Amino acid sequence: MILNRAKARELETAQIGAEIEGRSLWADARIRFFRNKAAVGGLIILILVGLFAAFGQHMTPWSNEEVDWGVLGQVDTMGRPSFESKHYFGTDDLGRDLFARTVQGTQISLMVGLIGALIAVVVGTVYGATAGYYGGRIDNVMMRIVDVMLSIPYMFVLILLLVIFGRSVLMLFVGIGLISWLDMARIARGQTLSIKNKEFVEAAHAIGVRPSTIIRRHIVPNLLGVVIVYATLLVPTMIIFESFISFLGLGVQEPATSWGALISEGAKQMQYGTLWMLLYPLFFFVITLFAFFFVGDGLRDALDPKDR
Amino acid sequence: MLSFIIRRLAVAIPTLLILVVFSYVIMYAAPGGPFDMERALPPEVMDNLNAKYGLDKPLVVQMFNYVYNVVVHFDFGPSYMYKNQTVNDIIAQGFPVTLTYGFWSFVVAVVVGMSLGVMAAIYHNSWLDYLAVGISIGAQVLPNFVMAPILVLFFTLWLGWLPGGGWQGGQWQYVIMPVIALSTSFMASIARLTRSSMLEVLNANYIRTARAKGLPMRRVIFRHALKPALLPVVSYLGPAFVAMITGSVVVDMYFSTGGIGVFFVNSALNRDYSVIMGITILTGALTILFNLVVDILYAWIDPKIRY
Repeated sequence: MILNRAKARELETAQIGAEIEGRSLWADARIRFFRNKAAVGGLIILILVGLFAAFGQHMTPWSNEEVDWGVLGQVDTMGRPSFESKHYFGTDDLGRDLFARTVQGTQISLMVGLIGALIAVVVGTVYGATAGYYGGRIDNVMMRIVDVMLSIPYMFVLILLLVIFGRSVLMLFVGIGLISWLDMARIARGQTLSIKNKEFVEAAHAIGVRPSTIIRRHIVPNLLGVVIVYATLLVPTMIIFESFISFLGLGVQEPATSWGALISEGAKQMQYGTLWMLLYPLFFFVITLFAFFFVGDGLRDALDPKDR
Repeated sequence: MLSFIIRRLAVAIPTLLILVVFSYVIMYAAPGGPFDMERALPPEVMDNLNAKYGLDKPLVVQMFNYVYNVVVHFDFGPSYMYKNQTVNDIIAQGFPVTLTYGFWSFVVAVVVGMSLGVMAAIYHNSWLDYLAVGISIGAQVLPNFVMAPILVLFFTLWLGWLPGGGWQGGQWQYVIMPVIALSTSFMASIARLTRSSMLEVLNANYIRTARAKGLPMRRVIFRHALKPALLPVVSYLGPAFVAMITGSVVVDMYFSTGGIGVFFVNSALNRDYSVIMGITILTGALTILFNLVVDILYAWIDPKIRY
């Protein structure tokens, strides 16, 4: 009897424990994500690159604008990467410290990627959800606008904008903001179409919730999984986009720089044997993009209910 | 089918007009004109110049004249910077170059990408499959402006096999690197798309039926699997074309091929509005035309789509 009672109590506490241990959808997704080694590796790389961008400036005595006059004119011999001269990544053709410039370029590139993705998430989700929820003529007009905008060769229009209103980071954001949300709007609309016929939306509608509130409270939260996955994959696209513009010399202006501008400079100088000017920025560019793609893939596997 | 084409054209033409009006208004609103020099010109000279190029008329008239000339005479007007050249001359000079390497890039991307994807799907989980997947992941992080310096580094600086730039009337040595740089990332995307849709198709019931009734594998693949598997690839060709046109800017800048991209960037830096407009409209028109062709192709291949 006593034994049985002890066992019963044990069971009881186990029951309580089990109830506390209940897993939400998000917890489920988190567990699946952390089982994916490539995705976790990508996440670690991203954290390291982020730390590099945030604190790299404190690790070097040089700033990204300062010219090392002792190196100027003989960059291919004196400007090599070395710990003695404290130029960890060497210098560029003007004798500026490449480590500091890479840190600064990383900041700009990451910022462009994240802000571009953020604009896409906010504008695209709301736009797509609205079009999908109202349907009918509103949907038709809204998505036709998206179609029209998608069929314009954007790079050319963006270059036009940059030339006419001056090359600045702000203009770059405006340009990126103009296009980044289009695909997101399509995806959000497609998802909304399948969500809006669910019972909980019908219930909300039946008790008289206003459409704008339904979109905000019921549709958008259910879109989040897909949106997050797509946003992660959008960040590298935005980084490539900005690097493309900067590669052409139309993006961020000196002394500020970005990965694209650094790669472009390195590529121009490479026949003089100063390969480090190409390889260090390229290394950061490539590993970051890889990391974003792997994290995005991991998130898709974790959040997409279809592949379970 | 005809009504579908007409309906698509009814959307395409307004799109093009919106593009024209949009870019014209932006340029009109921009601070600084094409004749702003370091030393200010006398006002009379300025007036004469503006009158010569028709810039003294109101915006709507200017725009109407421009569109009228483009549509009726196919005349994009004179270049403001190269005094004795018209925009038509510049396009005629640069466009054949862009078209040449663009065409080859497209062929390489589609043929190699599709074959790689199909092979990867047929030999699923073999070394070939892993190779295809590896290439397509690798190429994702190597856009054209990254590929270009890497190619030059290997083939020009280290191996000395190919010239680092130039065009020379399109001799094959000068075409190879632009084509590789431009086509790699599309080839990878096409390979990835083909692989995944082919895998899906190969698992379908009708393929099992075809194999069960004893058809040889080759026939199953070519007659039954390939057509439905290539549908998503066809719909990707439109965006790929757009990206290829924009990518040509990098190729022209980096390999000095003298295509249309280099004129675009140079005139952008020099505020040569008429050239920018001309190239933007031309590429826009090509893009829209190409999308139309892709849509028709899609409707023709896929019997499920009826417009």
